Amino acid sequence: MSVKLNTRQVGDVSVIDVSGRITLGEGSSTLRDALRGLVAQGQKKILLNLGEVSYIDSSGIGELVSAFTSVTNGGGELKLLNLTKRVKDLLQITKLYTVFDVHETETSAIRSFA
Amino acid sequence: MPDKSRHAPETVNQSLDSTLESVDRAEELAVGMARTAGFDEDGLVKIGMAVRESMVNAVVHGNRYNSNKKVRFSVAAAPERFTVRIADEGEGFEFQNLPDPLSPENLMRTSGRGIFLIRSFMDEFQIRRLDPGGTEVTLVKYMVSK
Repeated sequence: MSVKLNTRQVGDVSVIDVSGRITLGEGSSTLRDALRGLVAQGQKKILLNLGEVSYIDSSGIGELVSAFTSVTNGGGELKLLNLTKRVKDLLQITKLYTVFDVHETETSAIRSFA
Repeated sequence: MPDKSRHAPETVNQSLDSTLESVDRAEELAVGMARTAGFDEDGLVKIGMAVRESMVNAVVHGNRYNSNKKVRFSVAAAPERFTVRIADEGEGFEFQNLPDPLSPENLMRTSGRGIFLIRSFMDEFQIRRLDPGGTEVTLVKYMVSK
C-alpha cells in the first residue's frame, strides 16, 4: 500500500490525515503535492496527522523537512500529530524531533497554533 | 532443535532492474529471510530500512534508473550474521567524506540521510568501489543468541 491522504479543516487549521507508507516514489510525491496545494491556497496552519503512517524512509523524512521549511518561510506553521514509534524513533535518530512541534492529541495541536 | 551452526548459510543472489519495484522486492526478500533466521520485530524493521535505503542509492544515485544497468542483490543468512550485499553499475561517488546530516548546517537538508540511517541500523557497513565500475555496499546484522 502506498500513501492515502484525507484533508480536512478544523477552524483555520488544515489537517492532513496520512496513512500508509511515505517512501520514495508515489508515497512521498503524493504528500508533497498535497502540501504544496495547501501552501498555494494560502493555508498558514497545517497539521500532519501521522498516526496511521506505517513506514517512512529517508525520502519521506526529506519531504517533511521540505514542507516544514516552505511553510515556515511563508510565515506559516506546520506541526506533527500522533507519531508512531517508528516515525518518532527516526526523527530522534536524525535529530529532527526537536525541530518539529509534535503533539499527541489533536486538541492540543489545534490549540497550539498561533 | 537442529544445530544451525552445522548448516550452510541460506544464500540468495538476484540481478534486479533499476526500478523502485526492485527496491520493494529486495526489502521484502531480505525481511522474509531475516524473519526466517529468527530476528525479532525490531531487527526486521532495521534490516528492512537499511536494505531499502541501500537499494534506493543503487537504483536512483548509482544506476540512475538506467534500464540497461542492473543491481546485484545478495542475502546470506548464517547462524551468527545476516549479510546483504548490493552492487550497482554506476559511476561511483566520493563516499569518504560524506556530509554529516546531523550537523547544524545540514540538519534541514531534504536529502543525505540514507547512509547515516544504514549505519545506525546495521552492525557493520562497508562500501567499496568496484573495478571496472560501480559501487558495492555490504550490510551485516548480528544474530543475537537467545
